[in-house]
Amino acid sequence: MSVTLVKERYSSKVGEVVLGATPEQGGTRTATVTVGGDSALPFLHFEGQMPNRPVIAMEVTDVVPAWNEMITKQIGDVINDPAAWAKKCVDEFGADLIYLKFDGADPEGENRSPEDCARIVKEVLAAVGVPIIVEGCDDSAKNNEVITAIAEAAAGENLLIGIAEQDNYKSIAAAAMVHKHTLIARSPLDINICKQLNILINEMGLPLNKIIIDPTVAGLGFGIEYVYSIMERARLGALANDKMLSMPIICTVGYEANRCKEAYASEEEFPGWGGLEDRGVLWEAVTASGVLQVGASILVMRNPTAVRLVQKNIADLMSK
Amino acid sequence: MLIFGERINGMFTDIGDALRNKDPKPLQYWAVKQEEGGAHYLDVNSGPAIPTDERVAAYEWMVNVIQEVSQLPLVLDSTNYNAIEAGLKVCKRPAIINSCPAEQVKIERVFPMAIQYNAGIIGLTMDKKGIPKDADNRVAFAMELVAAADEYGLPMEDLFIDPLILPVNVAQEHAPEVLESLRQVKMLANPAPRTVLGLSNVSQKSPDRNLINRTYLAMAIASGLDAAIMDANDDDLVDVAATCQILLNRSIYADSYLKVFRTR
Repeated sequence: MSVTLVKERYSSKVGEVVLGATPEQGGTRTATVTVGGDSALPFLHFEGQMPNRPVIAMEVTDVVPAWNEMITKQIGDVINDPAAWAKKCVDEFGADLIYLKFDGADPEGENRSPEDCARIVKEVLAAVGVPIIVEGCDDSAKNNEVITAIAEAAAGENLLIGIAEQDNYKSIAAAAMVHKHTLIARSPLDINICKQLNILINEMGLPLNKIIIDPTVAGLGFGIEYVYSIMERARLGALANDKMLSMPIICTVGYEANRCKEAYASEEEFPGWGGLEDRGVLWEAVTASGVLQVGASILVMRNPTAVRLVQKNIADLMSK
Repeated sequence: MLIFGERINGMFTDIGDALRNKDPKPLQYWAVKQEEGGAHYLDVNSGPAIPTDERVAAYEWMVNVIQEVSQLPLVLDSTNYNAIEAGLKVCKRPAIINSCPAEQVKIERVFPMAIQYNAGIIGLTMDKKGIPKDADNRVAFAMELVAAADEYGLPMEDLFIDPLILPVNVAQEHAPEVLESLRQVKMLANPAPRTVLGLSNVSQKSPDRNLINRTYLAMAIASGLDAAIMDANDDDLVDVAATCQILLNRSIYADSYLKVFRTR
């Protein structure tokens, strides 16, 4: 007896967003990266198209990060030099994008100046050919200064810059518009604020294909089911032609997974948890593969071994 | 929820005059204005302004002048199928034929035409004898139209069943029967046909027209209404349609949902 598969049909699809710009497009990237465009739920190739595979952006920070040794030892000496670190991520670890985070700009930390941040962005742009994602620090006033300076210094590069939030989006959205970059719009695990923020940014004049959604994620064991349900709702909205939720999604997987105790506590402390080396890798990789299943287009990751696992997972899921 | 703007109709004095004088301006004015109000489709009806033997040429002219200023698809509204066909020939986007009752002769004329021009059909739950009083007989006519869609290969979502609302000031007992019909029509097939009402009819000649329209629209949407031929420039009425989308969890809430509903 033959069985006919019941196929879901959707009226719309996720928008496509291009990151980076080649010299012909006003930038200096050797190639651009396109994300989104899905016309079905993730990896259901029999129901629709998934023209662009999910990509991995590897995290680089302007100051030496307080990450656990399992990660830092893989990065090695270049951890002191953002440009060399970025180059290693691309050349050795196969990163599709670089995610550059300016923790050092925080006024309560090193208080790095906006000009100095812009200089580092230029150095990283010179060191690698892939598109770059840039985020400032957690202090929103300083973040606005830093990102505005970076957006101007790298005008035309079509960086993906962040973070725009509901109570602080105007200056950064304006910077994206004026200097031709793409913007990350972050909402605090709230589908209604997510949609409203996209509406507000779009009303300022930034086109919908210049916005990437950051729904805020959580690490495995710390509410990833809730993240999943929010992302699923956004994705079903996009497929049902909700234009204000149809942007591709970025997930800060490395940051969230490595905040979980399971990703950094030693075996001596918790003998029942097993060795940290594998555990840390798996915690980040499983968090990543979880959000991949519900439509993450850009994974921001940290641990090179976890990146390798997820690259294989993506390749397997994309083969038809 | 789809809004079919009702205003381009020869029953309105300005449109009637424009049709007689071949003046495209009022039609174009209302095409643009209804789109701004929130219309997804524009209903086009010459009404009695044009003599029967000139209707074929009139529909072709109306479609052409409207398409000069509007990208919206059209709902061609006439009992003269040759006039509708003349309009369909020049439509740039798939249109909807308004309308076809549950009568075999008319079904044989309209359904093949819809297939030929990739158009939808508004199917009326009535026959030569008129509009039934109760829901059961309305649904029986709807079933005949659903069967016709099946027979001719019209996709079910291109069939809009209109259970025909009458003015509440003279035919009050029809209002709840129409709501019941909407509920039952949505269960006739899977996928279900869509549903539509000529909403403004419910409030004909009542002093509180807007209130009646708004209240009945909310009730009808909750009962399964997918589209309404209505006043697209009654902002409060359009707001009711938008709010129903939110309260029925069909569209994800955002503070600016009223504005988004009007964005095309």
